[in-house]
Amino acid sequence: MKATPFLSTMSAAVFVAGMATGATLDDVRANGELKCGVSTGLVGFAAPDASGRWEGFDVSFCRSVAAAVLGDPEKVQFVPTTGKTRFTALASGEVDLLARNTTWTFSRDVDLKFSFIGVNYYDGQGFMVPKELGVASAKDLDGATVCIQTGTTTELNLADFFRSNNISYEPVPIETNAEAQQQYLSGACDVYTTDASGLAATRASFENADEHVLLPEIISKEPLGPLVRHGDDQWSDIVRWTLNALVTAEELGVTSANLAEMQKGTNNPEINRLLGTEGDLGAMLGLDADWAMKAIGAEGNYGEVFEKTIGEATPIGLARGLNAQWTQGGLIYSPPFR
Amino acid sequence: MPIDTSAAFVRTSEIPPSPPPPSETGLVKWLRENLFSSVGSAILTIVSLIAIYFILSLAIPWLFNGVWNASSLSECREAMEGKVGACFAVLTERWNQLLYGFQYPASEYWRPNLALILLFFAAAPVLFFDLPRKLLIITAVYPFVAFWLIWGGTFLGPLIAFLGLAAAYFVFERVGKQNFALGFIGAIAAAFAIWIVGGGLIPDSASDNAMLKAVPSRDLGGFMLNMMLGATCVSLSIPIGILLALGRQSHMPLVRFVCVIFIEFIRGVPLITLLFVANVMLAYFFPPESTVDLFIRVVIMITVFSAAYIAEVVRGGLAALPRGQYEAADSLGLDYPQAMRLIILPQALKISIPGIVNVAVGLFKDTTLVSVISMFDLVGMIRGPILASTEWNGVYWELLGFAAALFFVVCYGISQYSQWLERRLATDHR
Repeated sequence: MKATPFLSTMSAAVFVAGMATGATLDDVRANGELKCGVSTGLVGFAAPDASGRWEGFDVSFCRSVAAAVLGDPEKVQFVPTTGKTRFTALASGEVDLLARNTTWTFSRDVDLKFSFIGVNYYDGQGFMVPKELGVASAKDLDGATVCIQTGTTTELNLADFFRSNNISYEPVPIETNAEAQQQYLSGACDVYTTDASGLAATRASFENADEHVLLPEIISKEPLGPLVRHGDDQWSDIVRWTLNALVTAEELGVTSANLAEMQKGTNNPEINRLLGTEGDLGAMLGLDADWAMKAIGAEGNYGEVFEKTIGEATPIGLARGLNAQWTQGGLIYSPPFR
Repeated sequence: MPIDTSAAFVRTSEIPPSPPPPSETGLVKWLRENLFSSVGSAILTIVSLIAIYFILSLAIPWLFNGVWNASSLSECREAMEGKVGACFAVLTERWNQLLYGFQYPASEYWRPNLALILLFFAAAPVLFFDLPRKLLIITAVYPFVAFWLIWGGTFLGPLIAFLGLAAAYFVFERVGKQNFALGFIGAIAAAFAIWIVGGGLIPDSASDNAMLKAVPSRDLGGFMLNMMLGATCVSLSIPIGILLALGRQSHMPLVRFVCVIFIEFIRGVPLITLLFVANVMLAYFFPPESTVDLFIRVVIMITVFSAAYIAEVVRGGLAALPRGQYEAADSLGLDYPQAMRLIILPQALKISIPGIVNVAVGLFKDTTLVSVISMFDLVGMIRGPILASTEWNGVYWELLGFAAALFFVVCYGISQYSQWLERRLATDHR
């Protein structure tokens, strides 16, 4: 019954449904839109702009998947989730795909029964200090006071790092990033530590950003990636290869600008297979032949999305670093389209 | 007796009163008595003055140097040229998002505005009982009109919901006079019959070309969401709370038992837990396509929570009444509903007013907790989308100060109304 929420509460029968399983692709096609779980707001990764349109690194990936599956990057229903509600939203079928800079860990993959389909951002825990402290390396931080978010993996990483380097520190526990900014700026702690992307975004919001530096050490591995439910391999293949298509497109120099030209056919057979002018990769996935072309056309290839949302031209100003293509010395690497 | 004329001068008129010494008059006297009456209070005065000076010397330049026109925090800082100042531009640029959330269609803002204005008309007959009783019809119709205005879509939905309730009322009035149980069950049956038949008659496409564009619940947000949750939950939880309080005092063991367990269970659980249950757990129990709307799930949880508190407040009022009042009602031959309606509740509720208002104000502020289950109320908008935008990351005081001001206005209004109500109802001799 579609009438109104008011009536549906009053007369809806209560069904006890099992976990949503089976053909997610069919559900998405039937709904006519992709339900994509994103953050309620994280600088550069997902946030609505002044006119209410979602923008960001994770948001772009949702649009690319929607374009590949439904042919229209705008057919996405963004479901905002908090760190606490994200996994239940995915497990209960409220979202088809979770792109919410979630760290790929063993227990989330195995115990919570999700499939991480790849890594779209390699993050790691870093340190920010005021320049006037004159510190060049995290190993010089002996005796420093450190602002640290409680109850996170960053807290444990920090303890490990200082112990293995035989230096001491004094933790200043804080609850949220907003609180950390205030504490750090008021001088309650010498060092602020969290994920490097978060540090860069925080630093970008400072009045005198030049007076603060990020130290070169990265003390933990935080591979962030989109994830789907266990048990629907076709759907996880679609999402995985959409990400791979974006990465491969950058590697092969296919951009949203030259896409139309490339589609006419090139001398490079891998580009032709990717764009569907040769072979039948799309049909193997259960999608149209030009699925990857639509995915790339949505927001551009991996590199374009990166530069547009969190790259060096944006206020966040993240360098590619580990997230450069493998040909450029980074870790971004896609299996071949063959 | 002869007059002694040896004196050179005899005063014949009264000396005009001289002014009091300067230390005993005007400002000086007031200062001496109120601010410097002892060493201790003198020290306190001076310390307070210094504190006030410090606060004002920080706050006034911050307020008056404020920048109202900029499109990002960095532009604000450029405009201030290194001086201290607030960046109020975030409020002007994100004004609509703060009030309506970021998804409510901009062309439809007049609808919640109109619903808010109508709310005053609908609430007036309840709040000010000197108004003619006929106006209560507005109050009865209002929820359905407001629902239609805010959510849009076909007007048949709220219309059928209203007709169902009206039929229930009608059946109860007719049958309930003779036989309470028959009337009660008949009323419920009539309501459900109309809802199910009427709900089936609404074509699925009714909302597609409706006069008012349909807006799904997840698109609601901003202070509008706080107001909607606050108004709905307060108005639902007061009657439910009164019923629970009466049920707890009932002589029927089953009713008393159910009410006690309900109240104690709900009071023993934090609201945030209930909200998580509403958001997270219920999603497991419903199939994905027929879930109950999130807004309604949240309304149910907040209402249940505050009804339990109001029940205890009202029970306090009932307990404060002298036993003679109950006996007087019995001796007049009134039955239970009459005794409650005419004698007990009017007095008990009067005693409970401060407590009920306390719960209502607390409930209104608790509506901001929905931001933890990813609903974008005022605080959720600030913490999520606005602070996470690249333009406004780092603006805290201005946004949270604005939220505090909005909540203060509403809560202070509620508190002033309750004081007026207490004065208006004061019939005791002091």
